[in-house]
Amino acid sequence: MAQVTLNNVRKVYPNGFEAVKPASFAINDGEFVVLVGPSGCGKSTMLRMIAGLEDISSGELNIGDRVVNDVDPADRDIAMVFQNYALYPHMTVAKNIGYGLKNRKIPADQIAAKVQEAATMLNLTEYLDRKPSQLSGGQRQRVAMGRAIVRDPSLFLFDEPLSNLDAKLRNQMRIEIKALQRRLGVTSVYVTHDQVEAMTMADRIIVMNGGVIEQIGTPSEVYHSPASTFVASFMGAPPMNLLNGHAAGGRVRVGDHDLHHHDQDRPLTVGIRPEDIVPDTTGPLQINVSLIEELGAHRLLHGTLQDQAITIHVGKDHPVTTGPIYAAVKPNAVSLFDVESGMRL
Amino acid sequence: MKRAGFSHRWLPILFLVPQLAIIFVFFYWPALHAIRSSFFLQDPFGFGENFVGLKNYTAMFKSAAYMRSAWFTVIFTVLVTVLSLSIALLLAVKADKVIRGAKTYRTLLMWAYAVAPPVAGVIGLVLFDQSWGPIKDFVALFGWDFRLGVNYFDTAFAMIFVSVWKQLPVNFIFFMSGLQSIPKSVREAALIDNRSASGRFWDVTFPLLAPTGFFLLITNITYALFDTFGIIDTIVKGKPGNNPMTLVYKVYVDGFRGNDLGGSSAQSVVLMILVLALTVFQFRLVERRIHYT
Repeated sequence: MAQVTLNNVRKVYPNGFEAVKPASFAINDGEFVVLVGPSGCGKSTMLRMIAGLEDISSGELNIGDRVVNDVDPADRDIAMVFQNYALYPHMTVAKNIGYGLKNRKIPADQIAAKVQEAATMLNLTEYLDRKPSQLSGGQRQRVAMGRAIVRDPSLFLFDEPLSNLDAKLRNQMRIEIKALQRRLGVTSVYVTHDQVEAMTMADRIIVMNGGVIEQIGTPSEVYHSPASTFVASFMGAPPMNLLNGHAAGGRVRVGDHDLHHHDQDRPLTVGIRPEDIVPDTTGPLQINVSLIEELGAHRLLHGTLQDQAITIHVGKDHPVTTGPIYAAVKPNAVSLFDVESGMRL
Repeated sequence: MKRAGFSHRWLPILFLVPQLAIIFVFFYWPALHAIRSSFFLQDPFGFGENFVGLKNYTAMFKSAAYMRSAWFTVIFTVLVTVLSLSIALLLAVKADKVIRGAKTYRTLLMWAYAVAPPVAGVIGLVLFDQSWGPIKDFVALFGWDFRLGVNYFDTAFAMIFVSVWKQLPVNFIFFMSGLQSIPKSVREAALIDNRSASGRFWDVTFPLLAPTGFFLLITNITYALFDTFGIIDTIVKGKPGNNPMTLVYKVYVDGFRGNDLGGSSAQSVVLMILVLALTVFQFRLVERRIHYT
C-alpha cells in the first residue's frame, strides 16, 4: 500500500513535443484514481512515467516515501495490466502469473500456493496449464490481473485494460476489477478514454487534455461541476449542452430566456446537462425538436434553442413529438464558463 | 478453415504442373541419375560404363581422404552455424537497443549480404594473402605464421572466417525482424517482472525468437554444407593438396577434376541421405520444443 505523489512531473520527448506539462497531484493510500482524456492527451505517458517505462523529464515522483525517478520498473513495487494483456505467449497461465515471483527469489512451493490462490480468486484454476493463445479475451484479461495481484504490489497500474474486450464483457470486467481493488485495498491508477469507465470505477477522476490536467475530483464533482468546457463536453454521454449566453443586470440570458444570475455584465458560455432540462408546458424555453433518439429506458431529443443546438434527456414515460416544445431548467443545474478560456466561473 | 473447391478435377493439377516440372527436371531427375551412376564405373572420357554394384560405396568408405573430408565437414558445419548464429544474435540484440543512428548502423551490418560467395572468397584471399594480407599481418603480431593454402589449419580457419562473415548479415536481418515482432508491451511487462536484463533475454526474448532461430538453424546448416562451395572454391582454387574440403566440394573435385563420375555420384547419394536424415531430425526433435505465436 502506498501513497503516490507527483511534483511538477513533466515529459518532453527528444523531438521537443511536451506530452505532459508539469503536473502535481497526490494519490492517497488505497485510492482508485482514473486518468481519463481523449487520445494523445498524455494520460498513458503519465501512467508510463509512474511505471518507469518512460523517463521523467523533470519533476519528482514518489511512491510510498521513496523518490523513484531513477528506480528500475522492477524495483518500484508496482504491477501493471496492459491493454493487449502482454502475456508471455510461450508460458502457461501458471508460469505467466508466477514469473514475477520467480524473479524475486521466492521458493517454488510459495509461488505455487500464491498462483493457486490468485487463480481461485479469478476463476482460472482449470486453465493453469494452458497457453495464453488457448484462452478467450476475458480469460487473458484475468491472467493479466492474476499476474498483477499475485505480487502484492503497493501500486496497481492499468493501461486501458478493457478496451480490447466486447461491450458485455467490458461491463462485467469493470465490476470485477473494481470489486477486486476494493477487496485488496491496493492504490490504483487506471487509464481510460472511456468516460463511463472513469465515472463508474473511480474514487477520483483526473481529466487530461493536451498534456494538461483539466480537473481532479470525484466522479460527482467532475460531472456536476466541470472545471472547464472541455470537461463538460468530455464527461457524460450525451455531453453537457454548451450555449452562448450573456449576463446583464444580474441575469444570465440565452437568447430571450433568463436562466441564471451573475453579477458581472459579460458574454459567457452556459452549460446545462441534458437531464437537467425538463419538458414543462409552462416552462420558459421554447425548443424546436428535430430528432428523437429512442434508447429504451429514456429518449434523447435533439433540437435547437434559438438557433443553438441543444439536447434534452427525457424519461420513457413522457410522450414526445418533434416540433416546438416548452421546457424548464432545474434549479442550480447551470454551469457558467468564461467564453475565452473555457474555465468555470 | 474454409475449403476452396475446383470445378474441374484437372484444374488444380494444371496449376501444379510448372512447379512439379521444375522440381522434377532440376531435382528428381538429376538425383535419380546420380543414384544410377553410383552403381557404375564411368569411363573418364565418356565412352562407356560398367556395372560395379556397391564397389563405389565400399571404396568411398575405405578412403582415408573421404573420412577426413567428412570429419572436416562436420566440424566446419557446426562451427559456421554456431558462430554465425550466435554472433548475428548478439549484433541484433545490441542493434535493437541503438536509438540514435539506428538505420545507418543496421545498413552497415547488412552490407556483406550483397556480396556473392565467390567474391567473398576472393576478399578472404586478399585479407589472408601470404604477401600482403592485413589479417595475416595482424595475426603475425601474435606470432601466428599464417599460411593460407599451405597449412591445413590456417586454410580451414580462413574458410570458416569468410563463411561466417558472409552469412552474418542474413542472420542479422532475420533476428532483427524477429526481435521487432516481439510485442513492445510483452517486453515492458518483463521489465516490470524481472530486473535482470540477461534474465529477461533468456526467459522472454530468446524463447520468442525461437521460431526465427529454428528457421535460421536449418538455412545455416544448408548454407554451411552447400552454399559455401563458392567460398571454398576460390580459397582452394581446385588444388586440393593438403587443403581441407567439405563433402560437397569433394563431390565436385572427384567428379569433375578426377573424372570419377561413379565415385562422385556415390558421394552425392550419401550426402542426399544425410541431408534427408538431418531435416527429419530437425523437424521431429527441435520443432516440437518451439512455440509459434
